[in-house]
Amino acid sequence: MSTLTKQNLFEGFLESSFVGFEKAREEGKASFLNQGLPTLKSEEYKFTAITKKLEQSLSNLSPAKPFDLSEEEVSEAIPQGFEGPILVFSNGHLIKNLCLGIDHLNFSTLSEKLETPIGSIAKVDKDAFAALNQASFEEGVFISIPKKEVVEKPILLLSFNKANLGDVISPRVWIDAGDFAEVTFISHSINKGDTPYFVNKVVEIKGGLNSQIRYYRIQNEGKNAFEVSNIETNLLQDSRFTSVTLSLSGEMVRNNLSLNLLGSNSEGNMYGIYLLNGKTHVDNHTNVDHTIPHAESNELYKGILADQSRGVFNGKIFVRQDAQKTNAFQQNNNILLSNDATINTKPQLEIWADDVKCSHGCTTGQLDEEALFYLQARGIDKIQAKGLLLFAFAGEVLEHIENESFREYCTNLVQERLGSKF
Amino acid sequence: MLSIKNLHASIEGTPILRGINLEVKAGEVHAIMGPNGSGKSTLASVLAGREEYEVTEGEVFFKGKDLLELAPEDRAREGVFLAFQYPVEIPGVSSTNFLRTAVNQVREYRGLEALDAVKFLTMMKEKMKLVEIDQKLLSRSLNEGFSGGEKKRNEIFQMAMLEPTLSILDETDSGLDIDALRIVSNGVNQLKSKDNATIVVTHYQRLLDYIVPDFVHVLYKGRIVKSGTKDLALELEEKGYDWIKEAIDSEATV
Repeated sequence: MSTLTKQNLFEGFLESSFVGFEKAREEGKASFLNQGLPTLKSEEYKFTAITKKLEQSLSNLSPAKPFDLSEEEVSEAIPQGFEGPILVFSNGHLIKNLCLGIDHLNFSTLSEKLETPIGSIAKVDKDAFAALNQASFEEGVFISIPKKEVVEKPILLLSFNKANLGDVISPRVWIDAGDFAEVTFISHSINKGDTPYFVNKVVEIKGGLNSQIRYYRIQNEGKNAFEVSNIETNLLQDSRFTSVTLSLSGEMVRNNLSLNLLGSNSEGNMYGIYLLNGKTHVDNHTNVDHTIPHAESNELYKGILADQSRGVFNGKIFVRQDAQKTNAFQQNNNILLSNDATINTKPQLEIWADDVKCSHGCTTGQLDEEALFYLQARGIDKIQAKGLLLFAFAGEVLEHIENESFREYCTNLVQERLGSKF
Repeated sequence: MLSIKNLHASIEGTPILRGINLEVKAGEVHAIMGPNGSGKSTLASVLAGREEYEVTEGEVFFKGKDLLELAPEDRAREGVFLAFQYPVEIPGVSSTNFLRTAVNQVREYRGLEALDAVKFLTMMKEKMKLVEIDQKLLSRSLNEGFSGGEKKRNEIFQMAMLEPTLSILDETDSGLDIDALRIVSNGVNQLKSKDNATIVVTHYQRLLDYIVPDFVHVLYKGRIVKSGTKDLALELEEKGYDWIKEAIDSEATV
C-alpha cells in the first residue's frame, strides 16, 4: 500500500528518543502518520516532489547531532557590517556559548522552557512536515521580546548545518513579541559539508498589540540541501509583520509562509526574490488569512530562473466573511532565462466578504532583447547589461529591507549573482 | 572613416539591403532618404550591430576595422553611435547610473581614466545644456514616461556624453514638433566637428533645413539609387519619391 511506503522513510526516525514536550510530540507524530508524506497528487505539493527526492537521496534517517564549531567559523559567517546580537545554531541546536552580544536578549533553549506553547500557531494538521517537526524537534530556541521593548539592532539567527547522510535537521523557533515590541530577525544558514541533508524547520511567531516584526531570510545553502520550512505568524491588533525571503540555492526548497491577521489594522507583508540556476527547485507557498475587518496584506515575489531550475509560487489569500474593508495585494513576476527553466505560479483568492479591495497578478516573460541591445549600443558589456536589466527587475523587492547594512549586503549578493556589479 | 561595400542584409531570410555602397569621411554629414520600407532603418541597425539582421554579403570598415566582426558594445566603444528611432524605456534603471556605466566603459576601452562622481556630474551638467534637458528627467528611470520629444533629446544627450566619431540618427526628427526639432538639431550641429561624421536617416526633408547635409542619398529597395547634394533633398520634397521609384522600376523591367 502506498501509504506504507510513504511513512516508511521516517518510520525508524520517529522511533528515536526525543526529550521533553511529550504531549506535543505525540500529537505531531499522530498527525504525521495520519497525513502521510505528500505526493504529487497532494494539491499543495503538486509541483514539488519533495517526498520522491527525499526517498531517492536519503535513507536510514536519524536526528542530526550538533557538531563542534569554532569562534572563527562563527565570525567568518557574520554578514559584513552586521552588529546586532547573534544566536548560533549547529544542526538546529542552539549553542549558547557561541552566541554573541546577547546580554540584553531574553531567550532560552526549548528544554529550558518547557511551557513553550509548541504548535499553538503552526498547527500540525496543516502540513505533514510541520507535524513531523513537532514530533522530532530538538534544542530549538524561545525568544521573547518584552512589552514595549525596541530591539535596535537586528538579531541574527545563524544556522550551521553539517550532516551525515540520512541526518534530519529539525530546527524549531518560537518568537514572542510583546505588545508594542519592535524587532528584526535575520535568518542565515551556512552549509559546512557536502553530504545531502534534510532541514525541516518550523518557526512560530506571535505579534502582540501594535508590535513590529521583520523577518529576513537568506537561503544560500549548498546544492545538496533539501529544506522544508513552515513559518507561521499570528498578528494581533495594529501589529505589523514583514518578511523578505532571498532564495539563491539549494537542491529543493519549500517555503510555507502563513500569516494570520487576527486583529484589526494589522498588516502582513511578504516579499521574496528567487534567483535560481542549475537544477535548483524553490517553491514558495504563502498563505494570508484575513479574519477581521480593516487589515492589510501586501505580497510581491520576483523570480529569475536560468538553466533547468524550477520555481513554484502559490499565493493564497483567504478573506473571511467578517473581514470587511480588507486590502490584500499580491504580485508575482518571473523572468525565464532558458528554455528549460520552469515556473508554476498560482494566485489563489478565496473571498467571502463583500466590501474588500483585493488584487493579484502574475507575469512570466523573458529578458527584453530590445532593452539589452539599447544598453549594448551605448557601450555597456553584454553580461553587465543583462545584469543591469535583471537587477532593475528584481531589485525593488530589496527596498523592503529596512535595515540599511543588511539591504546592502543582500544587494551585493544579488548583483554578484546577476553579474551586474557596477 | 566609414566604408560600406556591396552590403547585403536580410531578416528572417527576407533580403532588405541589396548592395549598399557608401563612403563617409571625417567632417561630413550624409543624409539617407527614401520611401517607407526602403531599408533606411535596417542600414542603421546593421551598422550598430542589431542581431536580428544577418549580413549575407559585403563588408563594412570603420576607421580601418572590420565593423561587422565587432559586438554592438565594441562598436559603440570604437565610436559608432546610433540614436534610436524608438528609444527603449527601461524601468528600474536610473538614467544617471546607466550613463555613468556607459561612459566609463567606453572611456576604459579608449584607454582613458574612469570619471569619478564629481567629474561625471560636471560633464553631465555641461552636456545637458546642449539639448536643454532637465536634471529631473535624468533622475528618473531611463526613458520611462518620457514624451516623444524628451526621448529624442535624451538620445542626443547620450550622444554628447559618449563623444562618438560616427553618429547615425535614425529618424530622429519623426514626431517632433518644431521646437523640439530645433533643439535636437542645434545639439547635433554643436557636436559636429572636422573629426567626426554624421549620418542622418530621415523620411522628411524638413530636418535637413536644420542639419545641412554635404551629401544626400536616396535608398530604394535596399540600394542607393541616387546621390547628390542638398539640392536633391529639396527636389524630393517637391516631387516626392514616385519619380525615382518609376525610373528604377522601369529600368528593372527593361
